[in-house]
Amino acid sequence: MKAILKTERLNAFFESFHAVRDVNLEVTPNSVYALIGPSGCGKSTLLRTMNRLHEETAGASVQGKVILEGKNIYDAGVDPVAIRRRIGMVFQKPNPFPSMSIFDNTIVGLKLAGIRKLSLLNEVAERSLKRSALWDEVKDKLKEPSTSLSGGQQQRLCIARALAIEPPVLLMDEPTSALDPISTARIEELVTELKKLVTVVIVTHNMQQASRISDSTGFMYLGELVESDKTSKIFTNPHDERTERYVTGRYG
Amino acid sequence: MSVIQLNLRDRRRKIIDRLMLLLLVMSAFFAVIPLLFVFYYVMSKALPHINLEFFYQLPVPVGESGGGMGNAVMGTMKLLGIASIVGIPWGIFIGIYLSEYGKSKTANAVRFFTDLFTSVPSIIIGLFVYGLIVKPMGSFSGIAGGLSLAVIMIPIIGRSTEEILKLTPIHIREAGLALGLSRRKVIIQIVLRGSASAVFTGVLLAIARASGETAPLLFTALNNSFWSNSLLEPMASLPVQIFTYAVSPFEEWQNQAWVGAFVLVFFVFGVNLLVRIWFNFGVKR
Amino acid sequence: MRYVIIVARKYDVRTGDRLFQLFVASAAFAGLGLLAACFYEIYTLSKPALEAFGFGLIFKNAWDPIQNEYGILAFVYGTVVTSFLAVMIATPISVAAAAFLSELAPYYLKKSVAFLIEMLAAIPSVVYGLWGIFVLAPFLRTTGEPFLANTLGFLPFFQGAPYGVGMLAAGLILAIMITPTIASLTREIFETVPRSQREAALALGATRWESIKLGVLKSAIPGILGAVILGLGRALGETMAVTMLIGNRNDISISLFDPAQTMASVLANEYNEASGLHLSALASVGLALFVVSFFTNVIARLIVWRSR
Repeated sequence: MKAILKTERLNAFFESFHAVRDVNLEVTPNSVYALIGPSGCGKSTLLRTMNRLHEETAGASVQGKVILEGKNIYDAGVDPVAIRRRIGMVFQKPNPFPSMSIFDNTIVGLKLAGIRKLSLLNEVAERSLKRSALWDEVKDKLKEPSTSLSGGQQQRLCIARALAIEPPVLLMDEPTSALDPISTARIEELVTELKKLVTVVIVTHNMQQASRISDSTGFMYLGELVESDKTSKIFTNPHDERTERYVTGRYG
Repeated sequence: MSVIQLNLRDRRRKIIDRLMLLLLVMSAFFAVIPLLFVFYYVMSKALPHINLEFFYQLPVPVGESGGGMGNAVMGTMKLLGIASIVGIPWGIFIGIYLSEYGKSKTANAVRFFTDLFTSVPSIIIGLFVYGLIVKPMGSFSGIAGGLSLAVIMIPIIGRSTEEILKLTPIHIREAGLALGLSRRKVIIQIVLRGSASAVFTGVLLAIARASGETAPLLFTALNNSFWSNSLLEPMASLPVQIFTYAVSPFEEWQNQAWVGAFVLVFFVFGVNLLVRIWFNFGVKR
Repeated sequence: MRYVIIVARKYDVRTGDRLFQLFVASAAFAGLGLLAACFYEIYTLSKPALEAFGFGLIFKNAWDPIQNEYGILAFVYGTVVTSFLAVMIATPISVAAAAFLSELAPYYLKKSVAFLIEMLAAIPSVVYGLWGIFVLAPFLRTTGEPFLANTLGFLPFFQGAPYGVGMLAAGLILAIMITPTIASLTREIFETVPRSQREAALALGATRWESIKLGVLKSAIPGILGAVILGLGRALGETMAVTMLIGNRNDISISLFDPAQTMASVLANEYNEASGLHLSALASVGLALFVVSFFTNVIARLIVWRSR
């Protein structure tokens, strides 16, 4: 199957610090791809090159290609703003806009794109909230501020917000690391459901989570993509010694 | 939503984006421009008339040449001296209280009102000292002026001292206690000693601020065309002299006002710059 | 083997500590006592006038030292107009400058621009007044006010003879003076908004400006309000620059070109030669100013402390 997202010789820098080294990976459509590795290995940085968020940091730069649906998003003349509409992102700490209601948060991406028709907005809001398994809990209080939700609910709101603009790829940067175990479990369930709709690339520092929910996994170490393969293979029979040491817990 | 529709809206959004960002840059520019204007004018109007006599000669009547604002310069120094003697210790003690014993509800209230105290209009402070000292005494005096400046400095020094002392990390205090030092010794010998230079810079900034205050002096020290030999008589000061000369119709006096302004601005800026350089290069913890 | 000998203290350490604590605490409470004494003293000074005219003198526009008729409405009007004018001009510029500093400025620019804005606050009021008299006022008289009269002259605010000094000049100089107050506090507020808010907006396909609007500005509004009110408080009490630029006319008029008088400026102008009831009436102006500025600052601080 043709990859929906792939990177070619991707490098990322913070000033002169080489954070991501020559990464080549491929993500198949409607699957979950997990990025694992010890702290500081560059997995979050790699994720953020995929929606051109990395370059927003002062002094940060990217070399190489990221190919989404056949086109290189780093081509000259490509507008990062337009790219980010095709790739959604969910962050580590739930970050709904505090001054906005649950409803407004959900459809803010649509409003930005200029869609004002209330009936359409309502429809998309309901659809997205249902897809992120939050609808039943908030359907009666859509106008309440987003801050009135619990941490786990806020994160599901952020997922709904990202899904509302119907991106083909959803990036998730350690989405459950700030949540309690029950919320974590719910979101993991959600991700497995979501892959029918979108392709998910998820960064996680929790190996068990990766083995639970992902189809393919990439192990990163010191900026390099050491190994990238089916999840089952990575965790039971990895090629590289470094991968083996990590997944067996020899180092964190 | 068709791709074409999105593109049109995108172009509009991009234009708005560029425009708004440009607006932000221009606003920062407009915010800063007045400073450069004031600076430029003070320098260009003062420099042709500045000379050493300014600092040690008395003002001369209109029509005569020469003269200076020596009494005003000396007066400001004396007033700041009086203000410092009263204001610095008092302010530092308040800062110690707020930083070291400042966790209770009472202390929070004290902090709130001390903060408020820093924004009482200085003319009100002048009125206060007028009623308290000038009226009963029957005359304007240098000491009243100095005390009014002290009242202005006290809450400012209190708050800046508090903020600086609070920066000492708790493990340093605990190290002192663990060595067997009493609480007050820890505060004085360790916390205060350690932050002494930073506290000093806070004091310097308060003095610089007080040096430019005019309104309270109008009701307390008033002004004096001659040297003040005693603290109990009216005393000239740089800001009040600048004010008096600025609103006068005489060109020679107006020129002197610019020179006075130059000296004041030079002093205030000098202190502020020094403090900043100190913090950026000296105090590296 | 060495032994550490513990020397018995001569006095109880606890007492020494307690005394020290008491000492600094009394310094702090005495400081507040100063504030209260301030209020009390001014109230006492103004009592004769208050007894003669009652609190209604706030609403009377009559200031006649010769006839001993006193109403302070003109000064309240002057203060309110100049202060609000200052806030209206300074707020958009200060907030935008703060947004520039926190969101756009590269590191080297940030430090220098922030420094320059802080230096605006360090210039003494009397120097602003001096500059105003000889630079701003003539400019307004020859260029600024005629321009406004030509473009916006249909509004009653911009009619009448261009004096140069007056409410417009005072309002402008106040705007310059309160810009650093509003800008630095607003910048602090912007910088406490977590980075991920801006990134969340960008990740949804927002432009840079949209990410600032969505991710920062919206949630900073209560804090910005507090900063603006703080700026207002500062403008209310500003004396010297206003005194030198307000034109010193004890009356009310609509046009911003006209001279007027504020509560602070009438005090500065008339206090030294006043006596008796006149003096007391001036003190009542001071009392009114104290109360107004006090409450404005209380409200501002409550909003800011709450939003922190």
